[in-house]
Amino acid sequence: MPDGSMSQFVKIEGLKRYFDVSAPWLVRTLEGRPRQIVQAVDGIDIEIAKGETFSLVGESGCGKSTVARLVVGLYPPTAGSIEFDGNDMAGPRSRADMAALRRRMQMIFQDPYASLNPRWRVFDIVAEPIRAFGLAKDKADLENQVGERLRQVRLTPADGAKYPHEFSGGQRQRISIARALASHPEFLVCDEPTSALDVSVQAQILNLMVDLQRRLQLTYLFISHNLAVVYHISTRVGVMYLGRLVEVAPTDTLFKRPKHPYTRMLLDTIPDLDMTGRQRAPVAGEVPSPINPPTGCSFHPRCPFANERCKVERPKALPIEGGTVACHAIEEGRLGVEERTYAGSAA
Amino acid sequence: MASPSNNPPLLEVKNLRVEFPTRRGTLLAVDDVSFDIAPGEVLGVVGESGAGKSLTGNAIIGLLEPPGRIAGGEVKLEGRRIDNLPYEEMRKIRGHRIGAIFQDPLTSLNPLYSIGRQLVETIQTHLPLSGSQARKRALDLLKEVGIPGAENRIDHYPHQFSGGMRQRVVIALALCADPRLIVADEPTTALDVSIQAQIIALLKKLCREHQTAVMLVTHDMGVIAETADRVAVMYAGRIAEIGPVRDVVKQAKHPYTKGLMGSIPSLGVRHDRLTQIDGAMPRLTEIPPGCAFNPRCTFRGQRCLVERPNLMAAGASRAACWLHDRGGVGAPVAKELVDA
Repeated sequence: MPDGSMSQFVKIEGLKRYFDVSAPWLVRTLEGRPRQIVQAVDGIDIEIAKGETFSLVGESGCGKSTVARLVVGLYPPTAGSIEFDGNDMAGPRSRADMAALRRRMQMIFQDPYASLNPRWRVFDIVAEPIRAFGLAKDKADLENQVGERLRQVRLTPADGAKYPHEFSGGQRQRISIARALASHPEFLVCDEPTSALDVSVQAQILNLMVDLQRRLQLTYLFISHNLAVVYHISTRVGVMYLGRLVEVAPTDTLFKRPKHPYTRMLLDTIPDLDMTGRQRAPVAGEVPSPINPPTGCSFHPRCPFANERCKVERPKALPIEGGTVACHAIEEGRLGVEERTYAGSAA
Repeated sequence: MASPSNNPPLLEVKNLRVEFPTRRGTLLAVDDVSFDIAPGEVLGVVGESGAGKSLTGNAIIGLLEPPGRIAGGEVKLEGRRIDNLPYEEMRKIRGHRIGAIFQDPLTSLNPLYSIGRQLVETIQTHLPLSGSQARKRALDLLKEVGIPGAENRIDHYPHQFSGGMRQRVVIALALCADPRLIVADEPTTALDVSIQAQIIALLKKLCREHQTAVMLVTHDMGVIAETADRVAVMYAGRIAEIGPVRDVVKQAKHPYTKGLMGSIPSLGVRHDRLTQIDGAMPRLTEIPPGCAFNPRCTFRGQRCLVERPNLMAAGASRAACWLHDRGGVGAPVAKELVDA
């Protein structure tokens, strides 16, 4: 379990990303409309230790995918810093040094239909990172490496000659994983890698990801909205709501002793497959727009425990039970910790 | 649970076949599917993509996209055959006796008309009401599906609603003429989990209050477990197993259902690995002889390779698997599935 004294592999501090979604300047001037800013990620801190799987969960629009893109550098942050193995990603460095850092992190995307170039053969798709980083000595070496990656994801080297459309969704996601592994990364950012897949295929991909992590000592940042998948795969979990982290905790703690009211609400919405007759408590309301987030704690309009303080003061993340929680009710002791048991779990 | 034996079924589907003629031959996408739904009952239809579950739903409401066509069997609504009706007559039934809810609420609504206008138009198409009566009914429907401030919202356009609210509008639209059957195709798939629970609770409430039968098509076993009375599991165009939802979820009788249930990660017990069914569902062009599931089945016997199983009694459910044909020659054996 990571603690503060240990040097963290990935360290994110005060990360913010705002998007300007205002109407064009002329329209704004003529119609007197104000600028509109979406606070997609509004100040989050995450530390990920080497070899662990850190998951981010939340509903659509909470900013979890934006975090993934910020971490791999697909967006520049508005504020805050991302440190990777001791290197500040925004720090000045030469192109070659940057490439050396970039080689060590890769991303797997949600949609296996959109993330593979349909006009490239699978061989070229998987060979792309190897070529880009100059990791192969000669042609034979390249072929060897691509074949090895394809075997690693349980495809065959002969599949390299085919095009993406000849594969099913699950096989395409394997190709995505093979491509991500091609540059021998240490850190993989997986943005909803199984959301587009059927459950039986999802199980295959999750098993493969766990196997690969053990064999190659990979560190994962795993983004998902599916709590059951997150429970299965993560070491630690962060729950996001409207661009902020409301709770971070080791997986078992989060699911057995959830603290933040939003975490409890999310856990309540998991469908009951054990047929215990438990009714899902439908939560009132929906996620507000991140253009105009509520003041204070952004969850207060939906929170049954909100009081005056929650409406004005933004809660800070406080350490509790190996994680952190940002909630006034927990801090003041107004809200007790609730023990949850699940069918089939040892008491 | 509704008991289909006492009252006559509202919807009867018998040996339904849907085929797609293509240049390389005719593909059979739905193959010999039979089931019925009683009034007030929710039948869940689950399966992976390409299993034919949506096509079955579309065939029932008469909205198969050409060149897809019904190639055999019959669909009866309240004892009357509806699969061979001319387009105009089917149009009157659709929306009146059968309501439909689709996956994406944004594409089921016309972005150019206010939701009130769309509701009023649908109501007046099917019911003999004046403009103001129809508007009143539209307002009542919006209130019933839980749209806050319905009086103001009725004149808003679809883009002014959030995803969950839009799906409520679509449900209101399906309820316009008080239909006897609702075909809901993945009604919660495009929604967030917290909104999903709201929509499911709403569907269940409406179904109970109006005694409407619901055919709920989804790939989400969790939604089925909470909503359905009975469930049909489809695989490669056929029903693999059908029975009371509790039996199918907890004591699956078909190896495919068993594998499907095992591959869903559950809370509580953290297994090192999830159960996985190797391989993928065959394409329609490559369905193997015998049982379509046999290449992926761990209990495969000689008979499964040559002879296609039909649904047979298996506990409280019916399953299309030779495991349950006692004394059959060359049939596979698996005690845990038969005696469970």
